[in-house]
Amino acid sequence: MFGNLLAGIRARWPEFEHETRRRAVRGGIVAGAAFLILALTGAASLSLVVTFAVALALYVPAWNRLPRGRWVVVIGVILIAVLYPFYQANMFEMPLFGGFPSVDTGVTMLIFIMMALGLNIVVGYAGLLDLGYVAFYAMGAYTAAWFASQHFSGKNVHFGSVGVNPAAPGIHISIWPVLFIAAIFTGVVGVIIGFPTLRLRGDYLAIVTLGFGEIMPQVARNGDNLFGQNLTNGPQGINPIDPPGFGDTLNNATGLPADYLTFNTTFLGHDVSSVELFFWTALVLVLFTVFCSVRLRDSRIGRAWIAIREDETAAAAMGVPLMRTKTWAYAAGAFFGGIAGAYYASFKSGTFPDDFFFNISIFILCMVILGGMGNIWGVILGGGFLAYLNQEGLGNIGGWLNRHFSGASTSSDKWFTIWPHDIDVPLYQFGIFGVILVLVMLFKPEGLIPSERRKAEFREGVADEPFYDVQH
Amino acid sequence: MPDLLTAEGVRKEFGGLVAVNDVDFTIPERSIVSLIGPNGAGKTTFFNMLTGVYKPTAGKIIFDSGNITGKPPHAITERGIGRTFQNIRLFQNMTAVENTLVGMHSRLSGGIVRSVLRTPGLKREEQDARKRALELLQYSGLRGRNEEYARNLPYGDQRRLEVARALATQPKLLLLDEPTAGMNPQETGEFISFVSRLREEKGLTILLIEHDMRVVMGGSDRVTVLDYGEKIAEGTPQEVQRDERVIEAYLGSGALAG
Repeated sequence: MFGNLLAGIRARWPEFEHETRRRAVRGGIVAGAAFLILALTGAASLSLVVTFAVALALYVPAWNRLPRGRWVVVIGVILIAVLYPFYQANMFEMPLFGGFPSVDTGVTMLIFIMMALGLNIVVGYAGLLDLGYVAFYAMGAYTAAWFASQHFSGKNVHFGSVGVNPAAPGIHISIWPVLFIAAIFTGVVGVIIGFPTLRLRGDYLAIVTLGFGEIMPQVARNGDNLFGQNLTNGPQGINPIDPPGFGDTLNNATGLPADYLTFNTTFLGHDVSSVELFFWTALVLVLFTVFCSVRLRDSRIGRAWIAIREDETAAAAMGVPLMRTKTWAYAAGAFFGGIAGAYYASFKSGTFPDDFFFNISIFILCMVILGGMGNIWGVILGGGFLAYLNQEGLGNIGGWLNRHFSGASTSSDKWFTIWPHDIDVPLYQFGIFGVILVLVMLFKPEGLIPSERRKAEFREGVADEPFYDVQH
Repeated sequence: MPDLLTAEGVRKEFGGLVAVNDVDFTIPERSIVSLIGPNGAGKTTFFNMLTGVYKPTAGKIIFDSGNITGKPPHAITERGIGRTFQNIRLFQNMTAVENTLVGMHSRLSGGIVRSVLRTPGLKREEQDARKRALELLQYSGLRGRNEEYARNLPYGDQRRLEVARALATQPKLLLLDEPTAGMNPQETGEFISFVSRLREEKGLTILLIEHDMRVVMGGSDRVTVLDYGEKIAEGTPQEVQRDERVIEAYLGSGALAG
């Protein structure tokens, strides 16, 4: 086994060396320029040097040319993410963007990455434009609220609940089964919604899913009296939702944290408390989603999805059942949306109808498009970046701009006045995302990191003429 | 020989236009049957009804002693009708092997959960499928182009890949829609002998659509001629060639007088 690997490396070495040289030049130029800019704008520090060293170590050697080499990059990225809470505070300040995102923002970023990966199955793999993905997110969140809060105060069900009095009314089930319940529930709802809608194609499908995305928050908002039942507690939303945790029994047996909210310890000279736990858990969920996405993409089902995206008529003629296969894509996407929603509700300890407005669907779709439809690395990048901008980036950018250019600025960093008063940049978030989307569509329509296939499709289009009167 | 496919009174109307008018049609097992007719005669419409792309307005289609009238395309493929398209419809941005593997869809079993878990059984199934796909590509004459994207293949190879993909569905009946369109006479000759080989070696029954009469005269056991959606002649190539109505349809009524 090990000997094989060595032999494999030796066989591919010339190719590896050649590609590495090429990348060394390219990476060297880009990194050098970036380093200079950052260093000159006052970011010069040990952390800057280390960051560049790590980035170059992952990029320059052509790892993917070696047998099992791509694992080097995957494991490297996972390590960078896992260790993030420990070095986040020591990172350098970027110009314009300010400091690195806080761990708290990191949790939100990871949750949105997970949703973007789920939507990527629907949009990126199967090519079904879904403008109502937020519906699944909401469904996951409300599932968590139903099964882990005092909402159904008439009931008194406890199962591995954490951080609640055993006598407390309501259904209190541990977060882990709840995540699973939410995933299955939203997956099933995905099938139910998909069944009538997936007969439609292209624009028509988009319009119907848009409708679902609009209906969902209204149902949540008015769900405090749904045929006499209070399902969603209306505009107030449902809170608090029980925190995640493994409970005392598992804590004693395995040392896993009993309750995320009360957890506190020191590790590697760094305080580890609830937000770090939320971060790592989200990371595990993202890795799970990535794992499933990759496996699905490379399977019989994944091939069928791509075939449908390329040419529905030909796919059907080759024995791919269109309805069933599309519904599976929908269900798989909904599954991950549900988990993300439930986890987000648990992280925020509440769920509110205002969190599920239509713009979130578009926001998640932007992540997929910006990153590169169908490409997992791309979607992770797009999801992380847009969630970061939304959560903290735009605020930082606004602060930076106002400090340097606002007439109201009293900072010593002030350069010159362009506008008289401070501008609230996050207020224009959707305008800014819109501009980003337009720019991406103009200059790199296949996304920042496109998949090979998608690149070709954008250049040459897909040949897909509609069926006329097919019964699925 | 028993009939593999029987169409009884098959009719298709698009609004007021009758594209196929009450056509009766049979394909005996292990035969090569051709459906010819001038452009716009309703050949492809008829073909699309056999494969489920269109639902017949009236009539009945029996395949392999089962009624397939109005069944969806994937179900018909699963029962054993494989097809190619008149204007090549490969999955352009998938490789040759992937195209062929999509053709095997209905013969493989991997579902969504097993795909995520990648069970040993599924892994074996995928490996076998891949092996079979490579064999099919080689059989169809696409050696050494397995990992090439379909869009990068030259025209002739794209036609071959369409056949390989159709063979991957493990059909009993193979429908070829103008497979020689755009080929030169030599390529056409090679293709026709490839079709006879398919019958000899794989035991397939083949239905060929052509508008060029010369192509089908050599290879087919029986020829059916459509014109304006109606069957105007049926028989051996020699019989059909002499049929007055066929000559009229192809050359116009003036040809007879002259």
